Amino acid sequence: MNKAVGPIKRKFAPWDDPAGVPFIRFENVTKRFGDFVAVDNLTLDIYEREFFSLLGPSGCGKTTLMRMLAGFENPTEGRILLDGKDLAGIPPYKRPVNMMFQSYALFPHMTVEANIAFGLKQDGMESDQINTRVAEMLRLVKLEKFAKRKPHQLSGGQRQRVALARSVAKRPKVLLLDEPLGALDKKLREETQFELMDLQIELGMTFLIVTHDQEEAMTVSDRIAVMNHGVIAQIGTPAEIYELPATRYVADFIGDINLIEGKVSAVSGTQLSLTSEGIGGVIDAEAAEGGDATVGLDACFAIRPEKVRISREAPPAGSHNVLEGEVWDIGYLGDISVYRVKLANGTIVKATVANMTRIVERPITWEDKVYLTWPRDAGIILTK
Amino acid sequence: MNKNLTWFNVTALVLGFAFLYIPILILVIYSFNESKLVTVWGGFSTKWYASLANNQSILDAAWVTIRVGLLSASLATVLGTMAALTLDRFKKFHGRALFSGMVYAPLVMPEVITGLSLLLLFVAIGFDRGFWTVTIAHTTLTMCFVAVVVQSRLVTFDRSLEEAALDLGCPPFKTFFIITLPLILPGVVAGWMLAFTLSLDDLVIASFSTGPGATTLPIKIYSMVRLGVTPEINAVSSILIGVIALGVVAASIVTNRAEKERERAERAAFAQG
Repeated sequence: MNKAVGPIKRKFAPWDDPAGVPFIRFENVTKRFGDFVAVDNLTLDIYEREFFSLLGPSGCGKTTLMRMLAGFENPTEGRILLDGKDLAGIPPYKRPVNMMFQSYALFPHMTVEANIAFGLKQDGMESDQINTRVAEMLRLVKLEKFAKRKPHQLSGGQRQRVALARSVAKRPKVLLLDEPLGALDKKLREETQFELMDLQIELGMTFLIVTHDQEEAMTVSDRIAVMNHGVIAQIGTPAEIYELPATRYVADFIGDINLIEGKVSAVSGTQLSLTSEGIGGVIDAEAAEGGDATVGLDACFAIRPEKVRISREAPPAGSHNVLEGEVWDIGYLGDISVYRVKLANGTIVKATVANMTRIVERPITWEDKVYLTWPRDAGIILTK
Repeated sequence: MNKNLTWFNVTALVLGFAFLYIPILILVIYSFNESKLVTVWGGFSTKWYASLANNQSILDAAWVTIRVGLLSASLATVLGTMAALTLDRFKKFHGRALFSGMVYAPLVMPEVITGLSLLLLFVAIGFDRGFWTVTIAHTTLTMCFVAVVVQSRLVTFDRSLEEAALDLGCPPFKTFFIITLPLILPGVVAGWMLAFTLSLDDLVIASFSTGPGATTLPIKIYSMVRLGVTPEINAVSSILIGVIALGVVAASIVTNRAEKERERAERAAFAQG
């Protein structure tokens, strides 16, 4: 499909630029509700035109963080800067920030048109200008035919688009999206993710999205902040988060992963050796960034199942990083098959294989004796 | 589901309705009695309704009642809605349970007590009893009913609608009038109608708080009855019943229609995907 998507996305990484000035800045922000600490001394920079995701389980503080930026909550400590200006004391209706609500929050007593025009009217825009802008927004979300409908006369997907149109109609500096696609079914959600990305490039706005859906965050974001218990566990591009998780929590939260516990037995620069009782052997791999490993430290080896090679033939003698086991379980998912391999001492290691041919009979089947191998740089040793 | 009318169901239904409506039915029938004697049927006539139209003291009482009702219901609606909003919005403040309990208490408080306490208050502050004292007393009585009705409507109100309005640049005060109020309006209107009806047929509190020149219809009827029941009273009462019944039926029709409209629209949206 050939769609007008505006300028092609080039390499965009202002966060790597030492001279880059953050557009939104959370500075040592803490938010307490009574005894509960929702956000704990958090510092975060977001750059202009960035598509930034706050990802985490419910209750991790991501929504609170967003609501503080919108002005619905005030930080207990710390400050929030937008374009260099401290937002403290500015009420939500005076902030150049608009939000798309999880429940969409469409005004049920107003038509689609009136919903989209609402924010423009508050700004005292001329009525013919409002009409032009509303028409433009309706075209943008492909709802021209539904202008006169009330929200309850629309399907879930259509309501989502009205909510989106309403929140971008005022051309805010920052658009906040609170679980924007949570209520849509899977197919529609995937489509809408790409539409959101196109829209963000077309409008040139900064998008901040809150989600618990890691796939959604991976698809749409320039950078992701993984949050847990009110603090940021890791910030990075989707690839960094996936390939170079900094902690066990991040590794486990994003995607599927094998975590093999052990103790550091040798350190040489960033290369570590891990002795693991679980697999009865030694694994050599690179240490995760920021982990200061010393011999004897508890650590774990993390490797994604798709990076584990599974074979019935034994690798040449003297190879590193080899595990032996038998196929315990096979999950056939159509595009890939997941093999759960049980090692001699009972540890289960997962390996996935892309089903590249249409052969129904698998070359490896239940109770086969197999060897699991991986290149030296496929996994990572996590000390945190 | 069993749709058959068994003899048991029919009996229960007939007994129930008979118990509720026979007294009212008799009252209405006798309002069309030709005879001056209330208990003796003397043929059909509407002359008592005609004589009612010429009875200035009853017309005056009716006019006072309507004015008190309109004014006190409106005041009670404003105050009750404010109370309901506060109790709904501020989930946690010291003494919230006490406050919400205090809002509900007048619902179960004996009217005699409320009436007496108001009387004592008016006497103590030297407020001449009359139209205004009855209005204030009725506002006090009906405000808590409004608060309860509006509060039940607020339970289903999505707060994020207000946040969305604020977020789009609408100041809080304006948000209340263009977003919140239109959406809780059915509850507010229902509260107003309830308050108006309660004020219309209150006897106890009105008789404690009234003064010269502010005789309400229930007080008037009550004092007339003490001098003997006349078919004229039946006629007044029948009209009162008619007015209230009309209001209730109209309200339920409006509510039903709105509900059906909504359901149909939702089905249409669903079918279309």
